[in-house]
Amino acid sequence: MAQLSPFAAARPDEILLPAKPWFVLFTLVCGLVANTLPVSGVALLLKPDFLALMLLYWCIQEPRLIGVGIAWCVGLLMDVTDATVFGQHALAYAVLAYAAEYFRRRVLRFPLWQQAAQVAVLLLACSALVLVIRVVGGAPTPRWTYAVGPLVGAVLWPLITVVLQGPQRPRRPAER
Amino acid sequence: MRHISIEPPPFFHRGPSPLTRLAFFGLLSLALLFADTRYRYLENVRQVVAVALYPLQRAVQFPGEALGYLGTYFASQQTLASDNAAVRQQLLAQAPAVQGFPLLEQENARLRALLGMAARFPETATAAEVLYSGRDPFSQKLFVDKGDVAGVQIGQAVIDEIGVVGQVTRVFPYMSEVTLVTDKDHAVPVKVERSGLRSVMYGAGTGRLPELRFLSPNTNAEIQPGDRLVTSGIDGTYPAGLAVAQVTSVERETGQVFARVTCKPLAGVERDGQVLILSRAAVSLPRPDEPTEADAPRKGRGRRRG
Repeated sequence: MAQLSPFAAARPDEILLPAKPWFVLFTLVCGLVANTLPVSGVALLLKPDFLALMLLYWCIQEPRLIGVGIAWCVGLLMDVTDATVFGQHALAYAVLAYAAEYFRRRVLRFPLWQQAAQVAVLLLACSALVLVIRVVGGAPTPRWTYAVGPLVGAVLWPLITVVLQGPQRPRRPAER
Repeated sequence: MRHISIEPPPFFHRGPSPLTRLAFFGLLSLALLFADTRYRYLENVRQVVAVALYPLQRAVQFPGEALGYLGTYFASQQTLASDNAAVRQQLLAQAPAVQGFPLLEQENARLRALLGMAARFPETATAAEVLYSGRDPFSQKLFVDKGDVAGVQIGQAVIDEIGVVGQVTRVFPYMSEVTLVTDKDHAVPVKVERSGLRSVMYGAGTGRLPELRFLSPNTNAEIQPGDRLVTSGIDGTYPAGLAVAQVTSVERETGQVFARVTCKPLAGVERDGQVLILSRAAVSLPRPDEPTEADAPRKGRGRRRG
């Protein structure tokens, strides 16, 4: 049997332990906190939407735990934190969660870096939705740099997968 | 052995399908969007959630604040000494102006009394610290750590040591939201310090410079690049005489009705740490009554002359 490396994602045939709900909640809170970090300049430009990334991860990995409903509620929290119009992130995250549930089997078939490419599309679609809502509401169109955040998020995808899967890898010495 | 995370076959009951749920929540968000933008029904909900999230936001601030505190704690003797010298020098440089100020103030009060004008309300101010700037790339907002409890009210002007930062647009119990002068369509009534020409400065959104609108291209001498703009105080929100911006370019095209004037905000609008929230200036005079129908017989006919 091939060695299971702790530094790579679980292969499709590797069976993971179920994710603990408190751990999922913890990562979501971390995502929310990371989104409110006081940064400016280039860091602000590069900053991905961590909360969307966390939601996407859990919707793909644990669709029975996190779905459209929870994503929607989390989006409302984000709307309050960002002082944006109510329902804007909620709608975007709900659509993101649905897309994740729809594409999850396909995404999980690929190696991590190819997953990242698909995640990039999903995250871009999510922020495009926010963009449409804002522009309809009368906001000016932002510059092309608006797309940098989601792309950075996609680049972080392999790292996030490996880190978040850590607690779910079976402890081999104990079980064999 | 623990149970394994495998999906049950779809013939078990799993609640409404994802698409149904998406449709439900999608419609709900659209309803919220509509209710919030059109009617502002949801401000109370926002207040409650904001209070609940406040500890979290403070927690995020903590590491940075702690680092900053440690940094100042270990600041070298030399830095402190040189800082001290610089401050002393600055104090000395400002001494003439400061010493002359009471005299000027008295003189001003007497002149105002002579002119029969209401004395300006002595202004008080609340110092506040910037919690975080909105992550939203569409609007220019700051969050500061003083709110309802500290007596902050909607509409108060916010300044830093150089000039106007913006105004308070939303007040939560422990924090408030400040919309910056660079926010799209945020208007500040200004006048050119040199010539007294009055205008209104409109923010243009992220990454763009604010501009003065509705200026006739004939105002050749009255506005030039490099002019400082100060608040004119005619809106009752911003006290008169606060520095706002500096004119960067004036384009006059003969085909256009208005000149195109862009300016650069003076205050550290996007990099401040500390700001001052000014209390409302004196109770503004009541608005004159709206003209009745009888007073305006030819409403909407002919060009308005100004």
